[in-house]
Amino acid sequence: MNNFSYIQADKAKEATAAKRDDKSAAFIAGGTTLLDLMKLNVENHGQLIDVNMLPFRGIEMTKDGLRIGALERMSEVGAHPLVKENFPAVSESLLLAASAQLRNMASIGGNVLQRTRCGYFRDTAFPCNKREPGTGCPALEGDNRNLAILGTSETCIATSYPGDLAVALIALDAVLTLENAKGKQRQVPITKFYLLPGTTPQRETVLEADELIVAVTIPQTAAARKSKYLKVRDRSSYAYALVSAAVGLEVQGGTVRAARVALGAVGAQPWRCFEVEKALVGQPATEATFRAAAELALRGAKPREHNAYKIEMAKNTLVRALSEVASV
Amino acid sequence: METNQKENAPTNVVGKPLDRVDGPAKVTGAARYSAEISVPGTVHGVLKTSTIAKGRITGIDTSRAAKEPGILNIFTHENLPKPAKTPKQIEKWRAAQSYLPMQDNQIQYAGQPVALVVATTLEAATQAAALIRVTYQAETPIDSYHDPKAELFDPQKIQQGKKDGHVVRGNPQQAYNGAAVKHEATYVHAINHHSPMEPAATLAVWEGADKLTVYEASQNVTMHQGNLAELLGMPREQIRVVTKYIGGGFGCKGSFWPHTILTVLAARAVNRPVKLALTRQQMFTGVGHREDQEQTLKMGATAEGKLVSIVHTKKATTSPWDNYTESNGKVMDMLYACENYSTVYELARANVMTSVWMRAPGEAPGSFALESSMDDLANQLNLDPLEIRLRNYADYDHSNGKPWSSKSLKQCYTRGAELFGWSKRNPKPGQTRRGKLLVGHGMASATYPVHSSQGTARVRLFADGHAVVEAGATDLGTGTYTVMTQVSADALGLPPEKIRFELGDTRLPTAPGSGGSVAAGTVASSIMAAAEDVWDKVVKMAVADKKSPLYKAKPTDVKVELGRMFLSKDPKKGETLLAALGRSGQPDIEGSGTGKYGAGYEEKNFGQNGANQNDDKQKPGGHSMHSFGAHFCEVEVDPDLGTIRVTRWVGVHGAGTVLNLKTATSQMTGGAIYGIGAALMEDTFRDPNFARYTNADLAGYHVPVNADIPNIQVEFVPETDPYINYLGVKGIGELGMVGVAAAVANAVFNATGRRLRSLPMTPDKVLEALRLPA
Repeated sequence: MNNFSYIQADKAKEATAAKRDDKSAAFIAGGTTLLDLMKLNVENHGQLIDVNMLPFRGIEMTKDGLRIGALERMSEVGAHPLVKENFPAVSESLLLAASAQLRNMASIGGNVLQRTRCGYFRDTAFPCNKREPGTGCPALEGDNRNLAILGTSETCIATSYPGDLAVALIALDAVLTLENAKGKQRQVPITKFYLLPGTTPQRETVLEADELIVAVTIPQTAAARKSKYLKVRDRSSYAYALVSAAVGLEVQGGTVRAARVALGAVGAQPWRCFEVEKALVGQPATEATFRAAAELALRGAKPREHNAYKIEMAKNTLVRALSEVASV
Repeated sequence: METNQKENAPTNVVGKPLDRVDGPAKVTGAARYSAEISVPGTVHGVLKTSTIAKGRITGIDTSRAAKEPGILNIFTHENLPKPAKTPKQIEKWRAAQSYLPMQDNQIQYAGQPVALVVATTLEAATQAAALIRVTYQAETPIDSYHDPKAELFDPQKIQQGKKDGHVVRGNPQQAYNGAAVKHEATYVHAINHHSPMEPAATLAVWEGADKLTVYEASQNVTMHQGNLAELLGMPREQIRVVTKYIGGGFGCKGSFWPHTILTVLAARAVNRPVKLALTRQQMFTGVGHREDQEQTLKMGATAEGKLVSIVHTKKATTSPWDNYTESNGKVMDMLYACENYSTVYELARANVMTSVWMRAPGEAPGSFALESSMDDLANQLNLDPLEIRLRNYADYDHSNGKPWSSKSLKQCYTRGAELFGWSKRNPKPGQTRRGKLLVGHGMASATYPVHSSQGTARVRLFADGHAVVEAGATDLGTGTYTVMTQVSADALGLPPEKIRFELGDTRLPTAPGSGGSVAAGTVASSIMAAAEDVWDKVVKMAVADKKSPLYKAKPTDVKVELGRMFLSKDPKKGETLLAALGRSGQPDIEGSGTGKYGAGYEEKNFGQNGANQNDDKQKPGGHSMHSFGAHFCEVEVDPDLGTIRVTRWVGVHGAGTVLNLKTATSQMTGGAIYGIGAALMEDTFRDPNFARYTNADLAGYHVPVNADIPNIQVEFVPETDPYINYLGVKGIGELGMVGVAAAVANAVFNATGRRLRSLPMTPDKVLEALRLPA
């Protein structure tokens, strides 16, 4: 890890201005991803700006939905009664992630900015277009077992966001509040927050250099209230998903009125499945409906040598998750 | 006299579930592991390792690195002092890998050390290592035996020429061709890494140019001392190796690896004690691994299910220099009665470091193939998996014709089946459901050989009622300190808290390392031999002492049990060792002895241990010695998601005298967990183009977490073995893991009707198998 300077920001503007003025700087909250990547020399920051003292806390119901301060910790949010009751998928996505120690440290804002677990990205001995643009992507012919099959490009097939929470947030139409060095805030739907790799896999989100995530707001809907996060992995705990699904259903009289569906660990970014949702609405809430709709989720998937299994696993995960929320 | 005897009442603690004597030191942090030890002036070493797997170094730029604060030196192949000899020049080299990096500019594997930075702080050394710029002329590496560029060859001998690469008895191919029932299958085993919690570490402390102390994370201090003496051209006596505590090793700390000698050479050059610990990532390319391998097994049986032939071949990856491969055939060779058998090894050289023994080397992957095929055969013949094993029960060792020194496998089967409720199993695959999950039950046998070994120990009994017992063994964390305290307590008739057992130092009497399951059996024997020496001396004192009830008795008429000397013919007449020693005015008395384990013990004690005295057929060394066991398990398979959960486990073992029921049960439980890891998740991926690992950390390399492990029920069946050592102890370090992967695979077959032959059985492989017709 390189030497770096460290400041603790008391005001948001202090933090965002410091970041604007120093291209080598990074915000640090829980540090669970950042310090890891710095130890690996994947990220080398000259300055760390500690944002933990900033007032971006609180979990409260507003007219726009549940507003979660970006500095709230994963464990607190996951266990919060408002979250468990109104957004079970969000709670589950948090509590099925990482380990208890990491969840106690990691912030919500940092969580949505997690970086890929692709082994080539995390080891500087390998070429990697995301880490060093233009050097190549060994994953195309290498260890791609846990990489993406949707939204990839020839330059990068990483599941750029490898975690869980953002999958649930994408399904439930969460909105991120960002604040820049001028103190100006903007709202970005999380469905528009992440960028596909294309030819610039190093650009992962629309976040500007001086912007800080200050809050996440999740609209309250009937589908969110009946939602679920299902995670398939190589071991029962403390592992990234091979495939995950966040789903929410509003069912009236046996018919699906509204559906929210997203997949994790199959797309270059958390993958909202609008076509599946469309196919569900107006249909009877049966396993046959779910199976037919799930077939649409993986259209256009581009599997590689070791990750073709994700197609079937993702469909089955969707069907299972939908069946469980619909109790069929 | 009577009072005294009661006060020091024989404790009889061998076998009892005594708490770990080192427990308090460990939980309070008082126990120092190798990397936690510092001596005044200690500085830090950090390795820089190769990014490429094959080629040569064309340049090393250390200019930026050298500017870090407190850098004492940056060693590369250009300036690191050379050892007196390289491993290749050493006839008695005791390690799996014979290659020493940083001797020239050649790169032979990814992760090979290319530089060693020494600095006053770990942080500066770490950052300096990152700042070194190494340029390479890279060549295309070979990644494994399945690389199209790889060439398989017949090594003739494996493991530094110690073992045959071809083992044949009878006429296996002919017998197979003529068999009524045939089964052929290929089994694949992923690369596994030992991944102990404690990383490999060395602290090298020179006193002048000719005296060296090394604090090493070592499973075998004698081995480290011997290899260092050879490498440095120094007398053994001038080198001291110390390992007081080990945080797991599983074999990787039982071989000699480059970091140790590189640290020692650097310490001498900078004239400061140098401490170096491998990072978790470096643990994947620093201390060996279980090699990627593929076994083809052909088995022939009669229509009644009696084996007539086992034809086994193994292909595996090895390093550019060594022919190390696990001898998987060992278990095929003797587990069942079969007259016709062969194993042939084929290796391919690739740009990887030498693989090394990892818990149950050979037996673990070998039993996966053998016990999976047995399950298939049972299914083909419509026999219960237990029944086919009983029909092939080996009443003697078919690999050498010798009778067993003891074998309780039948009892293990019976008791295991009873505890598990095996009779309630539905033999038809794919029939049992629990909600959406498929439930299956499987079993497999376990066995591990008694490797002949010997060691020495010293016992010093103090008149004030305590004793110091010493043997240069090691404690992997599995309980050597504790069980040897118990053995010593009973040998001297003292309560365990009055015993201080010291290990892990080459200054102590030489003992074997912790490996090959030899430590407990050998060290227990050594302590008993040393205790006998003390007994003899105290008996001599007593018979010459007018105040002793044994005055004028013949020493040969005196027996000693649990610290009390008495006349064999009149056991009431006697006194404790301490009573006699106390009267002598001597503050203490010391004894030493050599103890043997396995064939050596049998030979030494032939004719002395009643059991084989009058049996002409039982010549010295005439027994085959193995421990045995049986695993039974239940799994739940999610047919949609591909996940396998182990939900129940029963392991019943026959392993001679159990020294401590608690530590022994823990060790067998750990064996099952280690096996479940290999069965379900452990898999290091080596990139085919770069011959470099892509998941070299504990987030990417999955070992089981608590949530993966069910309650594991372990029992030992009573077993007496008079041939193997003084106390009838068989080692249990490896036994608990043998057969585990097969038991899981057999349960998965019972659950799904699908046979998984590639480890680990991850969800992707399960889904693939379920797509195929049953």
